[in-house]
Amino acid sequence: MTATLSRKVWDRHVVHRAAGEPDLLYVDLHLIHEVTTPQAFDGLRLAGRKVRRRDLTLATMDHNTPTLDIDKPNPDQIATRQLEALVRNCKEFGIRLYPLGHANQGIVHVIGPQLGLSQPGMTIVCGDSHTSTHGALGALAFGIGTSEVEHVLATQTLPQVRPQTMAITVDGDLPDGVTAKDVILAIIARIGVSGGAGSIIEYRGSTIRGLSMEGRLTVCNMSIEAGARAGMIAPDETTYAYLEGRPHAPKGADWQRALDDWRSLATDPGATFDREVTLNASDLRPYVTWGTNPAQSSTIDGLVPDPASFSDAPRRESALRALRYQDLKPGTLIRDIAVDTVFIGSCTNGRLDDLRAAAAVLRGRTVKAGMRALVVPGSAEVRERAEAEGLDRVFIAAGFEWRYAGCSMCLGMNPDVLAPGERCASTSNRNFEGRQGTGGRTHLVSPGVAAATAVLGHFAEPKDLTS
Amino acid sequence: MRAVTVFTARAVPLDRADVDTDQIIPSDWLKRIERTGFGAGLFSEWKKDPSFVLNDPRYAGAEILLAGANFGCGSSREHAPWALEDAGFRAIVASSFADIFRNNSLKIGLLPVVIDAAIVSALMRAVELDPALEITVDLQAQRLVVTRVKVDVAFAIDAFTKWRLTEGLDDIGLSLRHEVDITRHESGRASWSPKVA
Repeated sequence: MTATLSRKVWDRHVVHRAAGEPDLLYVDLHLIHEVTTPQAFDGLRLAGRKVRRRDLTLATMDHNTPTLDIDKPNPDQIATRQLEALVRNCKEFGIRLYPLGHANQGIVHVIGPQLGLSQPGMTIVCGDSHTSTHGALGALAFGIGTSEVEHVLATQTLPQVRPQTMAITVDGDLPDGVTAKDVILAIIARIGVSGGAGSIIEYRGSTIRGLSMEGRLTVCNMSIEAGARAGMIAPDETTYAYLEGRPHAPKGADWQRALDDWRSLATDPGATFDREVTLNASDLRPYVTWGTNPAQSSTIDGLVPDPASFSDAPRRESALRALRYQDLKPGTLIRDIAVDTVFIGSCTNGRLDDLRAAAAVLRGRTVKAGMRALVVPGSAEVRERAEAEGLDRVFIAAGFEWRYAGCSMCLGMNPDVLAPGERCASTSNRNFEGRQGTGGRTHLVSPGVAAATAVLGHFAEPKDLTS
Repeated sequence: MRAVTVFTARAVPLDRADVDTDQIIPSDWLKRIERTGFGAGLFSEWKKDPSFVLNDPRYAGAEILLAGANFGCGSSREHAPWALEDAGFRAIVASSFADIFRNNSLKIGLLPVVIDAAIVSALMRAVELDPALEITVDLQAQRLVVTRVKVDVAFAIDAFTKWRLTEGLDDIGLSLRHEVDITRHESGRASWSPKVA
């Protein structure tokens, strides 16, 4: 009997299975944050329930935290009330919390892998759709709502209908300047924003195998932007090298036992998927989104499309609306679109490798006059390690603001927002209307493209910069 | 959660595909720690446009939203179904839903009804012509019926969820019936499984 990676991990976690019912799945790690939990804790109190496994539950603050003056009182009283509710709830229910200012604080999907808590073969959930990130380590990780957060807090399980399986195979060498971000944007452009709906995607092929763990985290992170339930990559030597020695990784004899187990997780030869898609890496170029969903993208060499060119009516309507919102004309060269804001950060591209890639472009250069440019590290540790390498000085010298860790301008819940009409090259994951602030216009790009764009003031790739 | 069985109501047509949860309830609203009151934030940006269909007084009091494909994509925020529920909606009818939105809606008894895209379109046109048109959603029979335009179609839902919704049962209580199985699973977990504390 052959099985896929996702099926193996799924079956290991079934606590109860009965015909006509969803499987009851055990949850190995539950990550929580301030935004999607207050009502869940209220529900527990109302029903007189406790947290079943405090030792498998970790809290941090990320979504609405400020990225400036974090040691001063927060003038946003509604955000403060929510952050205080998390402190109170964690204290009352005995949950470990890494609050703002703590060395382990950061975006929930950055700190899980960083601490070695996210490991192959685990089930990981969080009240955030980008939980798919952790699948890069071979975990089955997916986003849930607040009722489900309450369910996991109370039972450490979730009733779930087993999704279908989808293989996305990317083979070949990535051309110079093409990154993990471009791979996932190309995949979403290919299959669409609902192309992965109802499925767990397994990313396979030599290109995926050749990505660093940080690049794999970027790919799996945006699985949800293709509508997928989760994205996974089978663990391999890259995974083990990344995990070994991290604070929560197995140690000593346990490390060997864990490795033996993790090596059994890969999809068996001959196992079949419900759907398969293949891409050739050598065809890829840096991507820039022009629309208001992550599938509406072009290569950097391309043009803003004419909505009339879409044969499918809903896609045509959607492109028309998107161009109106984004204030773009069909036929405009992507490189001719002027940008006034650059945001580098988020759970998609806020890790150390991302900051290194952007800094490498910016070293010895300065951002275009009038450009607002922000770097928000994905975690306090990323910030600290970047500073130890001197990356902060590169960014500041180039004219970027160097901020404290959090979700920041990815979703505009803190003061880092776009003003109406502002246009942003962003390394984040969503270009929905108003995502980064009411009336703001978002274009998703890789860290290298964001940095080059900051220098030239219009979309550009690092190669476009003259020395 | 109130039990869901059968109801008849008017509908409002939102003829757009891939409506994301950032539009359903913008992130500013997510700072609230209450469970109620999100109806005021429902589509708050789109509502600034006077011609937006939810501003049309002919559809005031509609309890069914007819929507385009892949409704509720994006963020996992349950605030989106909460906002729809708080604004008086009891069912969303579309040809497909985003997975997390669908799960979240089913948790609170807001019924995501999946029917063929051509029938959704036909119903949108019918409701545009006659905003008073009444649609019956019968969870027990798993049928959506609009007698006046001769629509009577089945919709799918798994037997367990249907039972939970029609009885108005507490999902957590249902899982806790398997306490023995949960404990047994816990005793078999690998020794190296990471612990937070």
